[in-house]
Amino acid sequence: MSNDGKVELINGPVVKGSGMAKFKVNEMVTVGERQLIGEVVSLDGDIATIQVYEETEGLKAGEQITSTGAPLSLSLGPGMLSNMFDGIQRPLKKIQSLSKDFIPEGIGLLSIDEEKEWEVKITVHEGDRLEAGAFYAEIQETQSILHKLMVPPNLSGKVVNLKKDGKYKINDWIVQIEDKTGKVHNLTLVQKWPVRRPRPIYKRIPIYKPLVTGQRVIDSFFPIAKGGTVGLPGGFGTGKTVTQHQLAKWSDADIIVYIGCGERGNEMTNVLEEFPALIDPRTQRPLMERTILIANTSNMPVAAREASIYTGITMAEYFRDMGYDVAIMADSTSRWAEALREISGRLEEMPAEEGYPAYLPSRLAQFYERAGCVETLAGDEASITIIGAVSPAGGDFSEPVTENTKRFVSAFLALDKKLAYARHYPSINYLTSYSGYVTLLADWYSEHVAPDMLELRSKMVRLLQEEERLNEIVQLVGEDVLPNDQVLVLEIARTIKKGFLQQNALHKDDTYVSLEKQYKMLHVINDLYENALKCVKIGIPLSIIRKEQVFEDVVKMKYDIPNDHIERLDALRQRITEVYDGLREKYQ
Amino acid sequence: MKKEYLKLDKVEGPLIVLSNIEGVAYDEMVHIKMDTGEVRKGKVIKIEGKTVVVQVFEGTAGISTANASVKFTGEPLQLPLSKEILGRTFNGIGEPVDGSFQVSAKEKYNVNGRPINPVARRYPRNFIQTGISAIDCLMTLIRGQKLPIFSGNGISHNELAVQIVKQAKIKGAHADNFAVVFGAMGVRHDDAAYFTRSFEAAGVLDHVVMYLNLADDPITERISTPRCALTAAEYLAFKENMHVLVVITDMTSYSEALREMSSTRGEVPSRKGYPGYLYSDLSTIYERAGMLEGAEGSITLIPILTMPNDDITHPIPDLTGFITEGQIVLSRELNQKGIYPPIDVLPSLSRLMKDGIGEEYTREDHLALSNQIFSSYSKVQDVRSLAQIIGEDDLGDIDKLYLKFGRAFEEEFVAQGSNENRTMVETLDLGWKILSILPKSELDRIEPEILEKYYPKERRC
Repeated sequence: MSNDGKVELINGPVVKGSGMAKFKVNEMVTVGERQLIGEVVSLDGDIATIQVYEETEGLKAGEQITSTGAPLSLSLGPGMLSNMFDGIQRPLKKIQSLSKDFIPEGIGLLSIDEEKEWEVKITVHEGDRLEAGAFYAEIQETQSILHKLMVPPNLSGKVVNLKKDGKYKINDWIVQIEDKTGKVHNLTLVQKWPVRRPRPIYKRIPIYKPLVTGQRVIDSFFPIAKGGTVGLPGGFGTGKTVTQHQLAKWSDADIIVYIGCGERGNEMTNVLEEFPALIDPRTQRPLMERTILIANTSNMPVAAREASIYTGITMAEYFRDMGYDVAIMADSTSRWAEALREISGRLEEMPAEEGYPAYLPSRLAQFYERAGCVETLAGDEASITIIGAVSPAGGDFSEPVTENTKRFVSAFLALDKKLAYARHYPSINYLTSYSGYVTLLADWYSEHVAPDMLELRSKMVRLLQEEERLNEIVQLVGEDVLPNDQVLVLEIARTIKKGFLQQNALHKDDTYVSLEKQYKMLHVINDLYENALKCVKIGIPLSIIRKEQVFEDVVKMKYDIPNDHIERLDALRQRITEVYDGLREKYQ
Repeated sequence: MKKEYLKLDKVEGPLIVLSNIEGVAYDEMVHIKMDTGEVRKGKVIKIEGKTVVVQVFEGTAGISTANASVKFTGEPLQLPLSKEILGRTFNGIGEPVDGSFQVSAKEKYNVNGRPINPVARRYPRNFIQTGISAIDCLMTLIRGQKLPIFSGNGISHNELAVQIVKQAKIKGAHADNFAVVFGAMGVRHDDAAYFTRSFEAAGVLDHVVMYLNLADDPITERISTPRCALTAAEYLAFKENMHVLVVITDMTSYSEALREMSSTRGEVPSRKGYPGYLYSDLSTIYERAGMLEGAEGSITLIPILTMPNDDITHPIPDLTGFITEGQIVLSRELNQKGIYPPIDVLPSLSRLMKDGIGEEYTREDHLALSNQIFSSYSKVQDVRSLAQIIGEDDLGDIDKLYLKFGRAFEEEFVAQGSNENRTMVETLDLGWKILSILPKSELDRIEPEILEKYYPKERRC
């Protein structure tokens, strides 16, 4: 009998088919004459419900539904770096070469390039025993990234045959292994993995090192950990995307997976234009060489948007298994949640809060839990860090996606509309944001930056909180009634905001700042505060203290002192002390 | 020979239901011939086995279950397009309503279009000079951008849109390759007439294509109106290499039509009763703006929407803001103060501005100047609320200067005549002049060299 189903119902991206009792849930299928790609989401008797990843316009009842026999899977192998894919791993450049400027339906399942030849170096010998996840060959995929080929997680055995080093295409076998039952398996340059299933690891290990981003408000105030999870919520116009781009550019991860999930087309074009020109400060190579882009813009089919998050995380896990630190930016998880809601509505499921399906929290949890610091099957230490942007409707953080995200992330960087209106960028609110990683990373900071780094941080945070409290009083009665030491707090808080927290993504020096410079800048501000405070205490009017040129110099040090001359910050500290010592002498 | 079906199962609102139908495609066009001889158009919106649900564009009034014959065309809604459409007026499904001939064209285009491949896009960089200071300096419009106007009922958004269309100078565009596509959804007759008159007065009517679905036209056509407009724009921009400015108004009426259709279909509602796919649906309109790597032309899209109750967090402006590249927000307060254009600069933004201004395009000080104005003007708001509590007289000297700056900024910089066309240089110089009310030490967003070079020698007092 035929294994094909028949289209019965069409409602936007949701299609129901009959005669499909033998199909499995999550199986990938092709729908209709044009072979649209879809996935079975539920079965009821011989009726299957399918979400279709392409436009269903023109589809007819009675057209055929064919099984592919496998769940929605990715081809994991060389050719992903520097490339841009849609939500189901179809390379957009390839699509462009087939169909020009617009994306049609029915182009079929494409994936990484099957024709390209890679220079392969085989690292095993005949007779070697290979466990799951063990490396058997290497490819220098880009100049900065060595691509290591691994035995798929569900396989192990003895090497019985192998080819010489040389050029191979991804589907050529290069090593053969024999498993326990005596069956021989071909190992090629590629392996398939279903997107909705996490790739196995050996074990999780505790988080201990930061993801250094070069962004002062993050590294110094709300650090992100390698293997951590971060929520980045903000209404429109608060700079989510710029912040995500900054993180993608400057984070010290080995691999970046950037998912443009339901966002703007021009933004992805911008990334494509900008990244190849940017140089990684650590490897001196173009940033694009370590980057994978996934673009399922808002106007592309909604079901593929739902899948794009899983596609991204599966790619990230593959590179993690090679021993790399991977950071994944999802912009934005709200669009993904909305895709869930849209499809759920079409499936006529019972809605929960604000129309979102009741399984929203569990899906979010499953996604964020795929992050972590791990020991891989091959025994290496590696990590996945997830930074998920959230676009709360109306900028209201009490909506379901933000609320639920907050439950599953450890760092929460709240972007603030008021700061954005004042063009205070990055508009991360320094009072409502938090990072649960501060204590976990304390040892690392004191060993690699300075023992008093976190102490300084706490002091600055206290000053900012104090300012907030004082501002309430000022709002009621004006600044004049405050005692001088409190007005000084206001002045210093302003200095922290302007001179430290605000960071200009378009300025050549300010766009990325090393931890060492951040630490020294904090010290400069601290010295300014302590010295000015001494002056205030002996009764010098604040207007005099404020008039000194050093006060201005501190605000502008981020521009005036280039990254390769941070010793000038020490000189600035020296000058602060001298100036205010002199001022005190004059008064005494 | 296409089959005709004579019996309808159900007529409900704008929908008709037929059964025992075979070989019908999702989204295909349907012709419904009534016993009076009138032919209406419809679209297949749901197929369930042999039952088909059709949405009738002109409404179902007068249709009974037995008086109509239904023919399936096998094709989606398509527009015949050629350069002949310039200067013409059509309805929401692309039929001429100006009494003139049908458009003759070799090719027909599907109004739904297809998503532009992100790798085929060209990143928009060239600014469009609108001659309006607040826009040019602070939220610069870029060729290929989608920048909506968020307004409210009774605020002068139509005047502003007309002024932009009249004054817009696109680099590389001239009379031969410049076009305006105007789409009206649920707009009142006098508003539509105002646009027509203004285009005529500006002498651009020959370059304008209009798709009109007025307030009393059937709402089902309202959903295809912006799609027709953008299909025409895509044709002009990418096949005829023209620079196209698309104005569509009012997106709120459009979204309400979508909500009405959704509830007729019995779909699960989401925020405020709008369907869960509102975001995806709006994006298939807005994302059609842009430029392609392989084509000369461009589509710059200015959608206008009236915020219900002036609420920017309402789902329509909210979802729009997440898709478009910024927004121009109009303020009722400024409108009442008599300031035209009443642009509320603080929540307004152009996301593409940073890459389309500066030394190469406008002037080196542009970005710093605009950042400083934003920052200083936001300080003005703080000072104003303080002044409300303690009175203006008790403010410090600097704070008093801020109040003065705020007033001058609103009355001289933002405000301008509806025919006043300021060049970019005039706008930037005016910005510096007004900024010089504040002492140099307050201008902390500007690099010292720029400040030195551009801060006026004589401060304004």
